[in-house]
Order: sequence, then C-alpha cells, then structure tokens
Amino acid sequence: MSTADTQTPARRANKRASAILKAIASFVVIVGTTYLGLLAVTFFIGRVVPIDPVLAIVGDRAPAHVVERTREEMGFNLPYYHQFYLYVKGVLSGDFGTSVLTTNPVMADIRRVFPATMELATVGTIIGAALGIPLGVLAAVKRGSLADQIVRIIGLIGYSVPIFWLGLLALLVFYARLGWTAGPGRIDVVFEYTFTPITGFFLLDAVLNRDRAAFKDIFAHIILPASLLGYFSLAYISRMTRSFMLNELSQEYIVAARAKGLSETRIIWGHALRNAAVPLVTVIALSYAGLLEGSVLTETVFAWPGLGLYITNSLQNADMNAVLGGTIVIGSVFIALNLLSDLLYRLLDPRTRIR
Amino acid sequence: MSDAVMTRREWLLTDRPQSRLQARLGRAYLTWSRFAANKLAVIGLGIIILLLFVAAFAPLLSPYSPYIGDLKNARLLPPSSTNWLGTDDQGRDILSRLIYGSRLTLQVIVLVAIIAAPIGLLVGTAAGYAGGWIDAVLMRITDIFLAFPKLVLALAFVAALGPGIENAIIAIALTSWPPYARIARAETLTVRNSDYIAAVKLMGASPMRIVLRHIMPLCISSLIVRVTLDMAGIILTAAGLGFLGLGAQPPLPEWGAMIASGRRFILDQWWVAAAPGAAILIVSLGFNLLGDGLRDALDTRSGGQ
Repeated sequence: MSTADTQTPARRANKRASAILKAIASFVVIVGTTYLGLLAVTFFIGRVVPIDPVLAIVGDRAPAHVVERTREEMGFNLPYYHQFYLYVKGVLSGDFGTSVLTTNPVMADIRRVFPATMELATVGTIIGAALGIPLGVLAAVKRGSLADQIVRIIGLIGYSVPIFWLGLLALLVFYARLGWTAGPGRIDVVFEYTFTPITGFFLLDAVLNRDRAAFKDIFAHIILPASLLGYFSLAYISRMTRSFMLNELSQEYIVAARAKGLSETRIIWGHALRNAAVPLVTVIALSYAGLLEGSVLTETVFAWPGLGLYITNSLQNADMNAVLGGTIVIGSVFIALNLLSDLLYRLLDPRTRIR
Repeated sequence: MSDAVMTRREWLLTDRPQSRLQARLGRAYLTWSRFAANKLAVIGLGIIILLLFVAAFAPLLSPYSPYIGDLKNARLLPPSSTNWLGTDDQGRDILSRLIYGSRLTLQVIVLVAIIAAPIGLLVGTAAGYAGGWIDAVLMRITDIFLAFPKLVLALAFVAALGPGIENAIIAIALTSWPPYARIARAETLTVRNSDYIAAVKLMGASPMRIVLRHIMPLCISSLIVRVTLDMAGIILTAAGLGFLGLGAQPPLPEWGAMIASGRRFILDQWWVAAAPGAAILIVSLGFNLLGDGLRDALDTRSGGQ
C-alpha cells in the first residue's frame, strides 16, 4: 500500500491502463483458443472419421479418376493443417457447407430454425428464474424445515429425470387426456398462411401483428415444452439461489440490518438477495446455455422446429455438415454466454474491478 | 450387551489407536456414521445396491426372456399379475427387459468412469504438480472442453463414429473428463508444497513416483464424490443417445431406447414408455442422493451446506 501512495497519479493511471490491456489481452486469448478448440474438434469429427466425405458424395461405384478429381476439388488432397486453415476461414465467414438433406447452405437453414430454439429457451429461462429464485430464497430462509426439504427434492428430481420422458408424459397428460394445452409443433396449421413472422419469435410476432387468436394458439403450443425446460432451470437456479442466500444471510451486514430494526422482508429481499444477485446472473446465463442444449431432446419430443430438431433430423440422415454446423452454433452460443456471464460478474461486482 | 457395544465404539473412536488398522477402522466408522445420519443418502445407497443386485442376478430375477416375446398373444398387454409392468409391441415382458437393461446402464457408467476419471486425474495432477507452461497448456485444453455443450458434442461424436453402445460410451467419456482434471489440479495445488512431499522429494523420489504414490491417492476421495454426482448425468446422456437411436441398438433392452420404441404407443399403451423412464429416474436419483451424502460425509471442511 505504501508504495502505491508514493506513486504519482500519472504512473498509477499508466499501471491501471496496462492492467486493463492485460485483461483484454487474456480475454482475447481465452475466446480465441476456446473457439479454435471447438473448431478443431468439429474438424476432427468431420474429417478423421470413418466415413469418407468424398465417397459419400460421388458414391462408392464411381471410377477412380472421378473420386480423385472430386477429392482435389474439395481440397481433401491438401495436408491437414491446410485443410484446417481453409475450414476455419470458411466457418468464420459463415460457410458451414451444404446440407445433404435440405440441399440449402447449412447457415441458411440454421438462421431459419434458430429463433424457434431461442424463443423456447428464453421462455423456459423466464419460467425457471421466476419460480426458482423465490423457492431458493424460501429454502435458505427456512433452512432445515419441511419447505427446504421439499424444494431440495423438487430440485433433485429435476437433476435426475430424463427430459424426453417427462415431455412424453406431459404430452400424454396435459394434451391428450386433459386437453389443456396444444400438441406438438409451434403453431396450428390454421395460421400457416395468415401468420407472418417478423422476428422469428412467434409470441412477439403475434403481438406485433396484433393477432390475438394466433397469440393464444402459440402460447398454448409453447407453454408445455417451455415449462419442461423451465423445470430444469428451476432445479439448478433454486439450488444455487439457496446456497448464495445462505452465504449472504450469515454475513455481518445482515446482523447490522437486524440491529437497526429493519423488517425481515426488507432484509431478505432488499439486502441479502440484492447481494446474491451478482452470482445469480452468472447462474441464469449458464442455465440458459444448458437449456439450448436441453432443447435437442425436448424439440424432438415436441416436434418443435428449432435447431435441436434440425440436428437430430440431420443425425438420422448422416448429414454431417448440418450436424457439425449446428454443433458449432450451439458451441459458440455456449462460449459467448460463458464469457458474457464472466463479464457481467466483473461489471456488477465492484470488488472484481481493475483499479 | 450394551456394555460390549459401548466398548467397541470406544475402541473405534479412541484418541490413541494401537494399530494402523484400528485408526483406519475408526476413521471409516466416523465417515459412516456421518453418512448414515443422512436418511436420503442411505436411501440413495439402497437404490444403488439394489441396482447392483438386480444386474448381477438378472437371469434369476427376470420372469421372461428380455429378447423373445409372444407376438401372437401378448402384444401391448397392460400391467397384470403375470406381466407386472405389461408387455411391449413385440410381446416382450417389460419388467424382464428393465432387469436386463440394468446391466447396460451399469456397463455405461462403469466404463465411462474408468475411462474419464483416470484421464482427468492424470491431466489434473500433472498440471498441478508441474506448474508453469505445462499447467497453463493443460488447463487451457481442459477449459476449452469445459466450455463445450456436452450432449451436443457427444451427439456429433456418435454421429461420426456410428451408433452403438461402445461409441456412446467413448463419446460420453471424451466429454466428461474436464471437471475431474480441475478437481485433481486443485487438490494437487493444496498438497504440493506440504512438508511430506518435500520429505519424499529429499529421499530422492522421482516426480512420477510423487504424483502416482503420494498425490493421486489424496485426490481420490473428492474425485469419487464428483464421479458419483456425475453418474446421474452420464445415465441421462446415455439414455438421451439411446432415445435418439444413437446408443444401444435393438434388440438390446437399453432404457432410453425402450422409451423411444414406446413413444409410438404413448397415447394408448402409456406403460411401455413410462416404465423405463421411471427406472432411469430412480437410478439417477439414487446416484444424486448418494453423491450428496458422500460429499457431506467425506468432506469435513465445508460443514455440509
């Protein structure tokens, strides 16, 4: 501390600037290597696997010179590092190759289906956070009580249940038997020609179009898969909220607030939860990423026309370009969310700021 | 009678154990009593023991063949006294298939743990003990793998390798080692500068020997906890791959694949898909409960939050 006091302001500002530069540099290195790692793995999966991509296109009865020419045209005669360079260059410019199944560029396909997945994961996260945070707070405040045990069991089942199975049962009960919700799919065929998507987020589009009937139908379709995903994020969020809250409630400022005579409600929701909110943002971002992944299985069950269904359909048809394109997109969102949560943490928590 | 029990307990908990065996038994007793105080954890342990029992004695326990059904008379029968959980679309007894499926579930988790845990242990201890650029490179690789979506990557792996239970196991193992490496590294860092390591070093032990004989054993207990907690996730991923048709292939009675084949009959013969899902839920719940209990019992530092 004493050395810092003797420094001139200019030197201190210099030091701070270099610390910030260093932080930015390490940030760039982390993003760069992580992304490069992702591409290396997908490249490895796509090229070093048993299926010969050239034979997959020309067929195994093609004459040898055709195979050779195609191999050269596709760049497969080049050394691996050169192929990898071309691959990275392609991916970075948004070129994932062409889907064998739909014959469209994979990027165009993904652009078409991705909003559906985002919408589902967003609604799911909203449900999960809206229920998970209060439950976690309740469990922490009434630690060891029956309520705490119940929240714990709800969470544990969420960690243990196969999502696709729960989805099937939910469809059976709420759609087939009770008729409370709509069935698989995203919107009824009735609206297929009258409904014009603007953003790709159908709930939002219905509001923008002022189409009340369509909104009701879309809501009836989304509520079941979104609640299911919401349950999974609830399990995670409530558990983390409980542990953050327990940590906050044992701090001295809580004792001070009690001594001042503040009401328990104010202490819990105003003081403790506000401090727990910083790590909670991280948790919510991570759970959003988890839901994007969980959508692969959920979308299959609910015939939800998103990225997850696109990937599983492509899997069944050995359409590797589409599978790897989808993997890269989900992986990129994962990496981005990880970094975003890290950045938010730094922004929101003054202790982590660079001085 | 109670006198004898008291002395036995005292013998276990004595401050001055007479032998190494006594000290070890005393510690095991303490851990066990902490564990046994947690009712949910004991239930979890019971579920896992039941799973092992069922898998071991599958041929004796299952009333019918898991592969050959009575196509003529017994298709899609509801649960009854002869077929406790009903039959599937090929007339096979669902309970028998579930019983045999427990073997596949065990095979998956045991093999994944055997492949992934040593990789993580090796990477983590090597990184932690070596330090410097080796640490930086190994941990960067670990973090890269941690940042990947596990299920999607496993899907892509299996899609490339071809469907099948062996490939599913490889794919899951390849995506689940990074957390073990992180844990092993953290444990290594806490002990690498301790006196006993310095003493072993002075006696001339090679780094290899230090890591293998004196650091790895200390990482085992926290690794076991983490692996146990991961078991549920491994089971769910394997079941998900099976559900998508990428894991175990028919006619193997893999639980996820059984749900997939029961999906067509969900509206009228719901038990075909419901039973295997319930089995998955119970087993992964068992592992989660057991893992929680083990963490609280083995880890005296974190006071069991």
